[in-house]
Amino acid sequence: MRAPGGPEVAVGDVLLSVENVSLSFGGVKAVSDVSFDIRKGEIRAIIGPNGAGKTSMLNIINGFYQPQQGRIMFKGETRSKMRPHEAADGGIARTFQNVALFRGMTTLDNLMAGRTLKMKKNFFWQLLRYGPAMAEEVEHRHRVEQIIDFLKIQNIRRTPVAQLPYGLQKRLELGRALAMEPDLLLLDEPMAGMNLEEKEDMSRFVLDVNSHFGTTIALIEHDMGVVMDLSDRVVVLDHGIKIADGTPDEVKGNQAVIDAYLGVAH
Amino acid sequence: MAPNASAAADTFPKLLIRNALLYGTRPAMRQKDLGIWQTWTWAEVLDIVRAYAVGLHRLGLKRGETIAIVGANRPKLYWSVMAAQMLGAVPVPVYADAVAEELSFVLAHAEVRYAAVEDQEQIDKILSVKERLPKLDQMVYDEERGLRDYDHSHLRSIDDVIEDGRKALAGDPTVAAWIDAEIAAGKGSDPSIILYTSGTTGTSKGVVLTGERSIKAATDTVIFDKLNENDVALAYLPLAWVGDHYLNYAQGLVAGFSMACPENADTAMQDLREIGPSFYFAPPRTLEMLLTRVMIRMEDAGFLKRKMFHYFIGVARRYGERILNGQQVALTGRLLYAIGNILVYAPLKNVLGFSRVRVAYTAGEAIGPDLFAFYRSIGLNLKQLYGQTEAFLYVTAQPDGEIYSDTVGPACPNVDIRIADNGEVLFKSPGMFAGYFKDDAKTAEAMTLDGYVKTGDAGFFDEKTGHLKIIDRAKDVGRLTDGTLFPPKYIENKLKFYPNIREVVAYGDQRDFVCVMINIDLTAVGSWAERNNVVYGSYQELAGHSQVYDMVEKNVAEVNRSLAQDTVMAGAQIKRFLILHKELDADDGELTRTQKVRRGFIADRYGALVKALYDGSKEADISTEVTFEDGRKGTISARVKIRDMKTEPVPAMGKAA
Repeated sequence: MRAPGGPEVAVGDVLLSVENVSLSFGGVKAVSDVSFDIRKGEIRAIIGPNGAGKTSMLNIINGFYQPQQGRIMFKGETRSKMRPHEAADGGIARTFQNVALFRGMTTLDNLMAGRTLKMKKNFFWQLLRYGPAMAEEVEHRHRVEQIIDFLKIQNIRRTPVAQLPYGLQKRLELGRALAMEPDLLLLDEPMAGMNLEEKEDMSRFVLDVNSHFGTTIALIEHDMGVVMDLSDRVVVLDHGIKIADGTPDEVKGNQAVIDAYLGVAH
Repeated sequence: MAPNASAAADTFPKLLIRNALLYGTRPAMRQKDLGIWQTWTWAEVLDIVRAYAVGLHRLGLKRGETIAIVGANRPKLYWSVMAAQMLGAVPVPVYADAVAEELSFVLAHAEVRYAAVEDQEQIDKILSVKERLPKLDQMVYDEERGLRDYDHSHLRSIDDVIEDGRKALAGDPTVAAWIDAEIAAGKGSDPSIILYTSGTTGTSKGVVLTGERSIKAATDTVIFDKLNENDVALAYLPLAWVGDHYLNYAQGLVAGFSMACPENADTAMQDLREIGPSFYFAPPRTLEMLLTRVMIRMEDAGFLKRKMFHYFIGVARRYGERILNGQQVALTGRLLYAIGNILVYAPLKNVLGFSRVRVAYTAGEAIGPDLFAFYRSIGLNLKQLYGQTEAFLYVTAQPDGEIYSDTVGPACPNVDIRIADNGEVLFKSPGMFAGYFKDDAKTAEAMTLDGYVKTGDAGFFDEKTGHLKIIDRAKDVGRLTDGTLFPPKYIENKLKFYPNIREVVAYGDQRDFVCVMINIDLTAVGSWAERNNVVYGSYQELAGHSQVYDMVEKNVAEVNRSLAQDTVMAGAQIKRFLILHKELDADDGELTRTQKVRRGFIADRYGALVKALYDGSKEADISTEVTFEDGRKGTISARVKIRDMKTEPVPAMGKAA
């Protein structure tokens, strides 16, 4: 599963790099001079206390915010000003901290919506649902069914999303992002508000996505246990500044990180 | 259907070859995959299973060896059973939801060297107890997902094994001749499968069944119920349970009908609707759950629909069963029923997936008379059977038109039943087991000297109908200290008919009076709580709520009234009850895997509560250990309230027989 377009990046090479990026809203510096990279095939965590600039960082990668300084390199090319749908077309998909699904639509329709960007036939063909448009729809449905199978949500295929429990909605959101067949998957607090069992299920799915589809994943998460278990490398932000970067073990032992989380005596 | 043809085939692989000849292009198996039903014909199944058997042989599986089958109902696991039987190896199915402890017991006891498993979850479970299974060598799996990084030196995908066998068959013509010879060499008296009992009484025992006897038994019932190659069944009950092996696997092979495997365990109800089976089996528990769900949905329906539903269900109660039994019914009754059928019964059956069901069975536990009557009244030909693993299921079954909710029917064709002096039911049947695996002592214990099998159930033949009636487990029927008869199940079942009540455990043997512990049904009571603005945070909180107690108290009072009607049972009215703070669960050993309560075990585990029931306390503290599905443990503590009940006056003994 990989998106068309853009040059190939080998596993282990840098897929996306953030170079000296700064972003401020008026006088508030959300992100200042942050650099790190995401390598193809890895699970990269972005952590930090509340207000550290994690979601802003994700929004920058996603193209939703434009950094005032610095640049983003994606697949070896400098990314120019970009709108979110262009980022999506380029192979970046995301989930949201607060679930953002189409609540009145079924699971199946939500997943099919995730494939909109992959639909090549124009609107009128699709309206006719005939010939090539039909063949295309069948192909998309096949891919969506693979995701349904992968996430084990066969039993809610026809259930409107609004009726689903929260944990399943989160899982479905991951499914919709997967439907885009992204090169880079951004997960904004995928385990927020879940109980232990749901967290374990979700962790298993994140690992499976990574190993099965080879999808590169960047995730923001508050649950330290989850982060340390899942990720290959962790970058730590505090007040918009990068304070640490490395493997989970390195980060765990870093004094700056401990201070940021627990506070320092003044 | 040509029953005579099956008489010649004394093993399942030989039957498979016959079916490929007779019904080659007819569907044998179906499974929903990626949202689409896939079909395999009998000829295709034979082709696949032959290749699979060759592949397994090349992995080293030999005649007489055992192979564990662990997982849900999936074609590849059924093929694993068939392929093993082709080689003369013995499949040993294990319940998919068994915890590692149970799994390792069965695998070690059966001395399996091979295992065919569903997915990573099962492989992880087996690997976690690997040191207790020194004989286990190779595992084959259905679902590859998550297994990429596993050490594959002892792990193969079933697809690869089949492919390997196919190549061998194509490359060398002598291989085909060899596998045909292997199939021909299989004898009807060889062990065909080992089914481990669910263990209502202690640890599970491996019941060895032979091909010849299995096929004879299945042939009898296929003729009895007029099943043929056009029938369809949904294989949704545990693969390791005798019922699935009998009803779907054995009967399917004998009659040549097709079995459909659900997409996964959670979709069974939807799949049922899509497949529209013509032969259906459900334990009373499932039927109860379905009815509860229908009733709850009707509570939420609009006024008109609700009125209509209840009116026509009333009509069905009056006329439905008599129409189904072919008895005489007045024209107005027939007319009303016909209208009800268009407006209510047919749509309801369609929603439940029962539209095409011709023969339906229920067994495993006594079924509430009202529950049973409900399904029959809407036109479902639901019947009861009685059987056990040692009999290869059937001992008795109700023939069409002779249906009573409190009997299990007369003896099946060629089955011989005798009632022992202590009331225990003994039988001799065509399908009876060859013995317990590696346990001659227990085998001898389970048989009488003249070759009858002891069922362990107490029962008697009803004088009016000639049908067998099962009261309870022979060892469970007790007496109160004043000598009143106390069959716990009888009382429990009366209570369990109420939708609010999911499970009941009754005590009274060697005691002064009867007490019960109750499990509420979270779906029903939860929905009631929602409608009545009762706030609760957990099962435990809801179970302890005083309004819930009030509601259950009414149910218990009604049961007492109905017990008082019956002279023999009047003394066994319920004096005190409590609602348990946690759901009884098979993982904690409180229920068997087939969801029967283990009364003795529960009495030990909740000793403090039982004591409190009899010493007059108003409440009691209890703390219990719970086991999660992955084997970890935790504790739940609670303070449980106890209610006293008024009992009905015992009627005069005048009319008592």
